Amino acid sequence: MLASPVLIMGARSDIGRALAKAYAAQGCEVILAARGDVSADATDLGLRSGAKVRAVSVDIIDGQPDAFFDSLGVVPGTVVMVAGLLGDQVESAADDAAAQKVMDSNYNGPSRYLLAAARRMGKVPDACIIGISSVAGDRGRASNFVYGSAKAGFTAFLSGLRNAHAKTGLHVMTVKPGFVRTQMTAGMKLSPVMTAEPEQVASAIIKAQGKKSDVIYTLGRWRLVMAVVRAIPEPIFKKLSL
Amino acid sequence: MPYHALLSGWGRYPVRECKVWQPTTPQGLHDTVLPLSTSIARGNGRSYGDASMNPSATIDMRRLDRLIAFDEATGTLECEAGVLLSDLVAAFVPRGWFAPVTPGTRMVTIGGMIASDVHGKNHHVAGSFCEHVDWFDLDLGDGRVLRCSPTANTDLFAATCGGMGLTGIIVRASFRMRKIESAYMRQRTIRVPDLEQALAVFEQSHGSTYSVAWIDCMATGKSLGRSAILLGEHAKVTELDDQRRAAPLARPVRKPKSVPIDFPGFALSGFNVKMFNHLYYAMQRPGDAVVNLDPYFYPLDALFDWNRIYGRRGFVQYQSVLPLATSEKGMRLLIEAISAAGAGSFLAVLKRMGPASFGMLSFPMEGYTLALDFPATPANLALLERLDAITADHGGRIYLTKDARVSPQMFASGYPRLQEFRNLRAQYGLDSRFSSLLSQRLGL
Repeated sequence: MLASPVLIMGARSDIGRALAKAYAAQGCEVILAARGDVSADATDLGLRSGAKVRAVSVDIIDGQPDAFFDSLGVVPGTVVMVAGLLGDQVESAADDAAAQKVMDSNYNGPSRYLLAAARRMGKVPDACIIGISSVAGDRGRASNFVYGSAKAGFTAFLSGLRNAHAKTGLHVMTVKPGFVRTQMTAGMKLSPVMTAEPEQVASAIIKAQGKKSDVIYTLGRWRLVMAVVRAIPEPIFKKLSL
Repeated sequence: MPYHALLSGWGRYPVRECKVWQPTTPQGLHDTVLPLSTSIARGNGRSYGDASMNPSATIDMRRLDRLIAFDEATGTLECEAGVLLSDLVAAFVPRGWFAPVTPGTRMVTIGGMIASDVHGKNHHVAGSFCEHVDWFDLDLGDGRVLRCSPTANTDLFAATCGGMGLTGIIVRASFRMRKIESAYMRQRTIRVPDLEQALAVFEQSHGSTYSVAWIDCMATGKSLGRSAILLGEHAKVTELDDQRRAAPLARPVRKPKSVPIDFPGFALSGFNVKMFNHLYYAMQRPGDAVVNLDPYFYPLDALFDWNRIYGRRGFVQYQSVLPLATSEKGMRLLIEAISAAGAGSFLAVLKRMGPASFGMLSFPMEGYTLALDFPATPANLALLERLDAITADHGGRIYLTKDARVSPQMFASGYPRLQEFRNLRAQYGLDSRFSSLLSQRLGL
């Protein structure tokens, strides 16, 4: 059961857009939240699907989570946290402000907003919080560990939130999409076998929500790959270039 | 942020590395194009050749894909230029609306449909797509965004309709959809044994909303030009059986199948193609049937990446149109040249076109058009030169949207308003700001 309305935070991202379309197609009321104005996207989605869609503005780094949720005028049935920022590892390693932005965008902001959501959603039937984390959080690697460590923190946050609400009605789901063909990865050479389309990610999430899954890799192969990556002993791992 | 990507048209010939920007809003598009010295817009990459590629700056329009407004009373839709026709079909067929004109694939953007001034199986009655366009906003790349319509900025309107993206970037457009009662088509199949009879059937079928022929280009002698002609109408609710009448606008969605590999070259040997055409002709059972809208309009979309059938080296599509007066003679020569070369094309399409449109470089003209695919081999490219000569001798022209190889002279010979187009580009300073591999090749 998909609980309405569905609040999508980071609605301008490719995965956010795909999710919004997929939820609207299921007949859910959708609230698009993004930095800046997404009212054109809300109008578009309403025209396409006939669903009730509205747009709200949010800044997950500088905004006030409780004020944001109070301003919605409704307690969401489902919250999907898609917001995040890959950043550039080289830049993050060299520049404190860049590193802070990546950490804020992937851990501090998302976690604070989901805490505020959880404070309100405990009594909503079939309530569900979904966090888009990353396989990059499964083990820190030289090529992206500022991003990866923030995602690792977010993964741990989601796991703990799920544990804390195991006896309330609120379900918490962790999603690790692996490579996805989006603006974030545009121009990168990605293995087609390991890369999902945003629409695939969206439909996997909705299916998993129906089953109340806890942790999903939207492409199952990634679960195996990351199990191998995690199993490599640290003395060997530290010498690899992954 | 721009990135580099290997791009090609649908024919996968030619392939070039291009620097790509993907703006997500009209303002983002405006800010992207303004500092660029040259660029070209690219929709969904379904034009066959090199029209949507500029190695130094290609603007991927697919993220400008928002519907803006729809008027239920008139069927007028306003949307951004990167909206896919397939999305419109999915959203509006269930509400009883369909595109006024549709090409043979729904995997095209609205901006691309305007830039190619696409035609469909109803060209003889409905004209080309741009005749149903009320207006569009055109970003000239120099800070100006102008609304162009049949009554405002008419010169830019006429140049942009069929102008292959060379007059600026279409940001958003408004056009009129067509009311339908059902998601079904009433189809009549007529088999004819030769070209003469094929043309005769077309000339008697002006009353049909849709008409097209699959022509066997491998048949020779007395069978030259044998065809299966398909006439179609949108089915009325009263024409459906009880089961379909219960949900007349329901559209069964089938997931497209993929072509898993590039086919090897020998798959398109003359023998195989001949057998395929033979079987295909035999399969077209004459008579009437009610069929689903999607397989009727978009048979090839059922195979997601059918361009792989032509193998790694890619293919070219040849489409030309001949004026009515010379059609029969010219078509005969074209088909003779193709069948004599034994050159492979699984399916060739013949269609009667109605009067030319107002677009300066619009392809359609009153007469007959023939379209077929060839693997991009040296022998086939030489054959296409011979087809060019026949087309030119008979006062015809080739379709830029399908083209990857025509010479500037051959192209110019078919487009009497080319100079007017060039003058307009110069007058607005568009000749330097917008260019593609196609415009560079043809000296547009």
